Amino acid sequence: MHNSNRRGTGDGSAVIEVDGLAKEYRVYDKPEGLLASVRGLFHRTSRLVEALRDVSLSVDRGEFVALLGPNGAGKTTFLKLLSGIITPTRGTARVLGHVPWERADDFRRRFALVMGQRNQLWWDLPAAESFRLHKEIYRIDPARFDRTRDELVDLLGVRRLVLQPVRELSLGERMKLELVAALLHEPEVLFLDEPTIGLDVVAQHTIHDFLREVRSRRRMTVILTTHYMKDVAALCERVVVITHGSILHDGPLEEIVDRFTTHKIVTLDLDATPSLGRIERFGFPCEVDGPRVTLRIDRTRIADVLPEILRSEGVRDVSVEDVPLEEIVAELFRAAAPPEPAGAAR
Amino acid sequence: MNLSAPLDTATPTPGRGVPFAGLRAWWTMLVICLEERLAYRGDFVLGTLMRFLPIVTQVFLWTAVFNATSRPDIAGYSRNDIVAYYLLTMVTRAFSSMPGLSGGIARSVRDGSIKKYLVQPVDYIGSLLAARIAHKLVYYAIALLPFAGVFFLCRGYFPSPPDAVTIAAYMLSLVLSFLLGFFMEATLGMLGFWFLEVSSIIFAYMLVQYLLSGHMFPIDMLAGIPTGIPGTTAADIVRWLPFEYTAYFPAAVWLGKIRGADLARDLAIEAGWVVVMAIACRIAWWRGTRRYSAFGG
Repeated sequence: MHNSNRRGTGDGSAVIEVDGLAKEYRVYDKPEGLLASVRGLFHRTSRLVEALRDVSLSVDRGEFVALLGPNGAGKTTFLKLLSGIITPTRGTARVLGHVPWERADDFRRRFALVMGQRNQLWWDLPAAESFRLHKEIYRIDPARFDRTRDELVDLLGVRRLVLQPVRELSLGERMKLELVAALLHEPEVLFLDEPTIGLDVVAQHTIHDFLREVRSRRRMTVILTTHYMKDVAALCERVVVITHGSILHDGPLEEIVDRFTTHKIVTLDLDATPSLGRIERFGFPCEVDGPRVTLRIDRTRIADVLPEILRSEGVRDVSVEDVPLEEIVAELFRAAAPPEPAGAAR
Repeated sequence: MNLSAPLDTATPTPGRGVPFAGLRAWWTMLVICLEERLAYRGDFVLGTLMRFLPIVTQVFLWTAVFNATSRPDIAGYSRNDIVAYYLLTMVTRAFSSMPGLSGGIARSVRDGSIKKYLVQPVDYIGSLLAARIAHKLVYYAIALLPFAGVFFLCRGYFPSPPDAVTIAAYMLSLVLSFLLGFFMEATLGMLGFWFLEVSSIIFAYMLVQYLLSGHMFPIDMLAGIPTGIPGTTAADIVRWLPFEYTAYFPAAVWLGKIRGADLARDLAIEAGWVVVMAIACRIAWWRGTRRYSAFGG
């Protein structure tokens, strides 16, 4: 087990290489109305939907990559391709040297996929039983199995839950045990599809700490899809933004903030309630609550505007913040114009 | 990007060269399925008792049939034979019927839980078989007592017990009927890869199987029924199908209707059907998962 490399950035050896990967689905239109339904029995109109279009990407060993994108952008399709559940329409992929959709057992013993709402745990049995089954399926050495299981269970603080039937557990508790089950065979590559969906803040934190710790102890490569920027900020150095099946941005998180942030949020505590006209000179007032004012100020002007505010207004307190990550990403998603409809009706 | 260049594969692959590792995984699966099944024993007890209800109506029906005729037997079955036959087909069906198997497979395709078996290094059909054996073992443990009670009460209908060879052949035919039923219904469930809804297909299959397996009446009775094809009766056609091995055949073996070389030949045919259906099931799985992967997963 590796204890170095806390930063967890890649070490230059690619474990995932994807080239021109594309996935098209044929979907059948189901028109409304009885008459149309009867007609549909004889003639169905279909069209091609491009879930993923020519995605190329390389991930090094030890990297922790966040896959962001609006619903239907192709994130889950991408993870399904990398874990071999589906085959692509075009393109190639190698994960740990294997073509994933060939589903070789050698490959399947070296990675894990955790899908937020799907459980690999047996519903009516304690998680310990599912763990035991994983030990056999993945052919884990008994001593090593005990050690790994104890380590994972303690890191998540779920020791007393492993002997309780899974159906009696809360969503957060189940998710933690799912993660333990997925990591028992010490996968080199881990795919996480929305692992914190529906969890409370405490559970989210526990899972963040856990994933950080596990990744630092092993040199595990992780790709995570999420809608929570907290996950991204806590875990990932590298962010890949997918919209409409294509990669829109691929780089460090700071780069996104840098590239897509145009404004700063300045919050002022003034001596008295200001008139709107006065403060509008400085920037766009997002919120005015008595003497407390929140302004959006153009990033390029901030150095000029801030001294002026301090000089001309009675300022008790001031804070300057970046636009929340959520907003930046929402803006990013909106900005990505929808492409031309793919494939004509047949 | 040059993908033909070898990537890092230096990490040793775990689990290579462990003897019987596959078998041990399967055994663990069986044990865990057993534990899971035991969580549902109450459901089983009721299900077992309900199975005896239809046979009461059958006994009344055949009593009426025999009262209305002066013949001592119909197609070689006396009144006692008929009652014994129905009780014995119940035993066969306890082995060959697979409640929920086809529907369960189709459901896991539809709701996506089948993905687990694509991602994990585990064989789906093997897992299903382990689960089904566990299911049956728990069922027998619970059903043994009521079955024994009914057979004791109805002992007068049975001829004297057969010889050891017949009993051995009977046991073998039961085990084969379990495997045949399993692979037939598992294959049927795999249709879920092609059709969104398979419940009406399963229903149609159940009807055909009820009629042609001998579950409804001994299939010897089809011997006199013409099919329109010269020289071929309905019984001949049924003989070419696997259904009779899932109800009729073991019962007929116990009652001594099939003996000697015929018995050996029919057992071989039954085993042949098991192999054929196991292969069909495997092919359906291969093609089904290929389609599933291509169409979306």
